[in-house]
Parts: sequence; structure tokens; C-alpha cells
Amino acid sequence: MPETVTPLPDALEEIARDFADLPPPERLQLLLEFSEGLPDLPEAYASHPDRFEQVHECQSPLFLAVDVDDQPADDPGARRVHLFFQAPQEAPTTRGFAGILQEGLDGLTVEEVLAVPDDAPYRFSLGEAVSPLRLRGMVGMLSRIKRQTVLKSQA
Amino acid sequence: MPSTPSSPTTSSTEQDRFAQYAHPERLVSTEWLAGQLEDGRVGVAGGIALLESDEDVLLYDTGHIPGALKLDWHQDLNDQVTRDYVDGEQFAHVMSKRGIERDTTIVVYGDKNNWWAAYALWVISLFGHEDVRLLDGGRAKWVAEGRPMTREVPEPEHTAYPVVDRDDSRIRAFKDDVLAHLGGPLVDVRSPGEFSGELLHMPDYPQEGAMRGGHIPGAKSVPWGRAANEDGTFKSREELEAIYEQEQGLDPRHPTIAYCRIGERSSHTWFVLSQLLGFDDVRNYDGSWTEWGNSVRVPVER
Repeated sequence: MPETVTPLPDALEEIARDFADLPPPERLQLLLEFSEGLPDLPEAYASHPDRFEQVHECQSPLFLAVDVDDQPADDPGARRVHLFFQAPQEAPTTRGFAGILQEGLDGLTVEEVLAVPDDAPYRFSLGEAVSPLRLRGMVGMLSRIKRQTVLKSQA
Repeated sequence: MPSTPSSPTTSSTEQDRFAQYAHPERLVSTEWLAGQLEDGRVGVAGGIALLESDEDVLLYDTGHIPGALKLDWHQDLNDQVTRDYVDGEQFAHVMSKRGIERDTTIVVYGDKNNWWAAYALWVISLFGHEDVRLLDGGRAKWVAEGRPMTREVPEPEHTAYPVVDRDDSRIRAFKDDVLAHLGGPLVDVRSPGEFSGELLHMPDYPQEGAMRGGHIPGAKSVPWGRAANEDGTFKSREELEAIYEQEQGLDPRHPTIAYCRIGERSSHTWFVLSQLLGFDDVRNYDGSWTEWGNSVRVPVER
């Protein structure tokens, strides 16, 4: 057992608590709500598939893009991160994972996003409801978000 | 295999279409199912049990065919501790909860060209349930035809499905069976990249945890999706024979083993070979590449 557990950002932590408070069958319903709440792409992205990276760990096609503000110029770690996802309606689990990360991470600073622990996907009490195998898709999303955040904040 | 299926009241064209296959009673059309629904025969005691089995565990919850119940391959059909399928007792529980009896007609459908539905059908067949059928074209065809969907989850009265021993001897192959079968016909139904082994070497793209890439020596590469039409229905018998028999040289009289990564895609091919083309002896190696590609000193071909 690790002596300390890296905390989740507040918004993600709140989502994790919401899931944990529900009995397992209702966790699926909450995941469905995240799936349905995943925002549509803004026009600037919808017409630019080249700005998206495919997450191959997901069983269904999921594309994500990360945008980092260019201000403050002197403090890249304090710049805000914005997330965009695209996944088909026929892939609600994948959309649900994306919805959780969108709500939990969008608008955080570069520093905050990079500090999110890599095991975060396992903290939503979803292993029993969707199987640990399927959670790998969310692990893949998170690692790509972090990598793109690094790249985009150095640009 | 069922010998006396009740004859589906389909239109003559669809009946003709299925009649070409070795076991036409294994398929129902969307039209037939719609008729059964209208007649109130779906999801009622003594009627047809309709099961949706998807890759995506939430897809059923977004809407499903009226009367359908969810059957999740991972949670309902796999043992949660040992890498194996549920045992007779667990299976009886899964069936009883869904109001299914031993002589119930089960119709399975799902996403991705019935990929997971075929897997469910194969597992159900391990328990010798006689009358289990696939909805040709699956969920996508039903939706494309604008047929009814609902979010209402039925609550069937529980039944007492008997505890039946799983029979792994006829349609399931284990690693040792495959080793003993080397030199005989094998079908690898994974993508060409998985077959050649190159997918394991792409940086940054963790594949499903195999230590070695490649395929079992002598296996023919026939990606599973080749058996399906654009709309998810199965190709005609003639087209399937052209692929599996003429092109790949497989022989319906020879015992044949199909495999993929964990045995789901190869269930689809198992269905095609055994139920549509009438191969005498087809087994699905469910250990597949996640077992073979991690095993010490088994032969690998690249």
C-alpha cells in the first residue's frame, strides 16, 4: 500500500464521490448521463478532424483534442487546458468516460492536469459495473490528454 | 443442434435467403422478429426470450428492442475470478433471472455485426441450450430500418432453469487441443496487423498484453468481418464458400479451429463455419492470442 494517495482535482473527486455513493446498477445510469452530457464539438473543431488524436485503447473509436491557452505567457503551468472529444452515440461507455474527464478536467491549469494520478480511472467505483478491462480505455484517454497537454503548453 | 425448429413465419424472400445455409433455423430476420413483437410473443412467459449482447456495456441502456434483456459477455458469461466461463449453476442463475426455460427460443442480437451476440450464442451453446438464434444484421439493421426501440427494462418472472454441466468437448478448444491439432486447419480471424505480429511493435499503443506477436503456425488469415455484408447481415452461402473453401482451402469435413484475441471475434467465424456452411467439427479456441502469445515455448509463426 502506498503511504499517500495522490489526490484528484476537486471536480474529479466530486464525480468519484457521486459514483461511490450509488449502488452499482445505478452507477451505470450515472455513466449514461455523462455519456449524454458530453458536449458537441464547437464548429472550429468539428470541421478539423486533423486536430484530433485517436485513442486506440478504447474499444470504440474515440478522438480527442487538447487546447492550451497562450496566456499567461510567462507561466506555462498556469495556462488553462480545454478538452474536446468525439465519439459515436453507439459507444456510450466510451462517451461516458470522456464525459467524466471533460467535466473533471476541462478548465484546469496545465500543472493541475499533469498532477492527475494515472490511476484516476480506477477511482470511480466502475470496475464492478463496467469491468476493469473496459476501464483501460479511460486510462488511455488520460495518458493522451496529459501527453498532449505537455506538448501544447511547450508550443 | 436443433433438429425441429419452429418455422419462422417470414416472407418468402427471407425464408429463401436463410434456406441456403446449413442450419437456417439459427437465424431470424428483423422482419420476423417485428412480427413476433406485434403478436406479443417476445419477452413473455412461454414466448421468445430476446437478449442483447454488446461490446459496449451501456448500449442496451440507451435504448433496445422492446422486450429485450441485457446479457453482458463479461459480467454474465465470464467467471469473475478464474479465466473461464460461468459454470452450470451460474448459467442457470443468469437464465432464470431472464425468465428463460430450457426449451425457450432465445434470440440474440447485438452491436458490431453481432460480434458479441455470436459470442453469447456460442457460450449458450456450451450448455447445450437447443434453440438459440441470431438476429441477422443485429442491432444496427433493426435501428436502420426505423423499428421500435425503448428504454423500458422488462422484469420477467424468474424461472427455474436447470443446472446443466457445460460441455467443453465439442465446440471449445484449449491450448493443448491446439498443440495436438498443429498441422491441421486453423483460422486466425484477427486483423492483418495482428496476424503478422506488427501491431505489437507499434510504439505507445499497448495491445492486449501479449508478449509475442504473430500467429499459430499454419493458420489462415481470414478477418472475421469478411463474413458480413455492409448492413451486418451474413454474406450468402456462395460468397462464404468462396472465401473459406475456395480461397482459403478449408474443408467442411476436416476438424477446424478458429481463434482471435480472447475468443469473441472467432465465435462469429465459428458460427459461420459450423452453422452457415455446415462444417462438421469446428471449435473455438477462446484462450486465443492472449494465451498463445503469452505462453512459453509454443511455436509462433510470423
